[in-house]
Amino acid sequence: MLSPATDRRTAGRPARSHQIQQGVRERLAPYAYIAPFFLLFFIFGLFPLLFTFYIALFDWNPIGERSYVGLKNFSDLVDDPRFWGALRNTFSIWVLSTVPQLLIALGMAHVLNHVRLRAATLFRMSMLVPYVTSVAATTIVFAQLFDRDYGMLNWLLGLLGFEHIDFTASLWGSHLMIAVMVAWRWTGYNTLLYLASLQAVPRDLYEAAAVDGANGWKQFRHITVPSLRPIIVFTVITSTIGGLQIFTEPLLANPVGGLTCGAARQCQTLTLFLYEQAFGRFHFGYGAAIGVALFVLVVIISAINYLLVTRIRSERP
Amino acid sequence: MNPAPHRRRSANRIHPAVYFALGGMVFFSAFPLYWMFVVATTDSATAYSLPPHVLPGGNFFHLASLVFEIVPFVQALMNSLVVATSIGVGQAFLCALAGFAFAKLSFRGRNTLFLIVVLTMTVPTQLAVVPQYLIMSRFNWVDTLQALIVPGLVSAFGIFWMRQHIGNVVNDELMNAARVDGATTWQIFWRIAFPVVRPAALILGLFGFVNAWNDFLWPFIVLKSPERYTVQIAIKALQNNRDIDLGLAMSGSFLATLPVLVLFVFVGRRLVQGIMEGAFKG
Repeated sequence: MLSPATDRRTAGRPARSHQIQQGVRERLAPYAYIAPFFLLFFIFGLFPLLFTFYIALFDWNPIGERSYVGLKNFSDLVDDPRFWGALRNTFSIWVLSTVPQLLIALGMAHVLNHVRLRAATLFRMSMLVPYVTSVAATTIVFAQLFDRDYGMLNWLLGLLGFEHIDFTASLWGSHLMIAVMVAWRWTGYNTLLYLASLQAVPRDLYEAAAVDGANGWKQFRHITVPSLRPIIVFTVITSTIGGLQIFTEPLLANPVGGLTCGAARQCQTLTLFLYEQAFGRFHFGYGAAIGVALFVLVVIISAINYLLVTRIRSERP
Repeated sequence: MNPAPHRRRSANRIHPAVYFALGGMVFFSAFPLYWMFVVATTDSATAYSLPPHVLPGGNFFHLASLVFEIVPFVQALMNSLVVATSIGVGQAFLCALAGFAFAKLSFRGRNTLFLIVVLTMTVPTQLAVVPQYLIMSRFNWVDTLQALIVPGLVSAFGIFWMRQHIGNVVNDELMNAARVDGATTWQIFWRIAFPVVRPAALILGLFGFVNAWNDFLWPFIVLKSPERYTVQIAIKALQNNRDIDLGLAMSGSFLATLPVLVLFVFVGRRLVQGIMEGAFKG
């Protein structure tokens, strides 16, 4: 049934050494199958991660010159207003994008779960379009739509009698603009995740609630949200880890702003700051220190998330 | 009162709010892309005219040819194709192989090693870009496509995903029968397990392709010369000419997006299914 090799073995007399070799190979096969992952993870993931901590202790430039400076990079970081500004910008953009994105996705999933929609697949596909479109391409489009003088958004604001807003130049304007780009990209994706979970919730639950007179909001509050709790936690954590690493949007949203995202660094995120220091100014050691700070931040926030989740779980069984 | 008619009504009636939400969502998802197309087919004058033109013009081929003149865009498309295809195929194959080992083979340390694979998903290694760059320069891989391809060939999530599918779908009795017949582990994987989970591997490969096609940060760090640019980096290079022509940047964006959109028309259903079945972030 199987292969020429099998037929040969059953028909012929394989050499003993060949058989032993075959046996060893069979026993090692599983390790060979999983080896690529561990090899690549070690070389391009784990080792660089540990090496970051090492590089952060040096004044290190691309030619390979380095001198040990101990924790100086970190104390410099603490004293660096650019770092605190980047931290503030990262948090602000993350909150402005994540909160509406997940709330809208929740609402959409709830509404969509209620009806047997015609062309549901087509609709779901349209929600996925932002996800498959590249960040670089969409950022350029949004930057144009948000343009101070000729952007469609400001034109609409003008029609409504408001002043034009210089989104790229102002702190909150640029944060809002970048948050919109991030939210645009991920809302449909998160809606699909929620919708998938909701479909596992028995429809009877909603129907019984409707019979009991629970309206849409009450159903949302008491059935949809509790059923989705695990997936909500998952999306909060992934959006957080993604949100802390925002890079492309601030880089391209403000084309005249360069690596600082504007003269006042008004929308420079931590990853952009890292890139500016390491690859724009070739301060590898300082860049690595920013990388370490980002790691610590991601770990702390993940831990807080975890604690919050377990607490919520124990409070409402 | 009989609740039955009540129930049927609540299941069938579509509230106007649903249409509203639906329409809004489709509009917001599609509009930026549509606008990209509008500006890409006209020119900057349109992007800078108020009230805005909302219909596409006939200038696309002129702008597109400019895009190909200013940056080596054909080369960039080829580079992106090579990178994204390699990563898609690599992920589909290597993750299936590792997932097969974890799901169906018994070997010492299997559970511990799998736990390690899962734990690596929580480690934010993308932030180690400085040493990653140093390693690439040690390998002499800076400004090469393999610097993009090799690290992405296999992923922890992909292994997890394929292990789930292989565990659920591949028939143990068939595997054992094949083994009794003298089939090697490789033959069992390639002839029995892989054909059955090909749809799941395809979904994984498609996501690998799309993510690699759209990746920006790492190519931006590693690639130096215009002949090596992927389309995303080529767009950024076009954007540097913004003072010359915004329509140009939009045309480049449109050209870079078109292949993925065409792919999406054919495989969108599978991608949606992939997201609905399991998470695909990162």
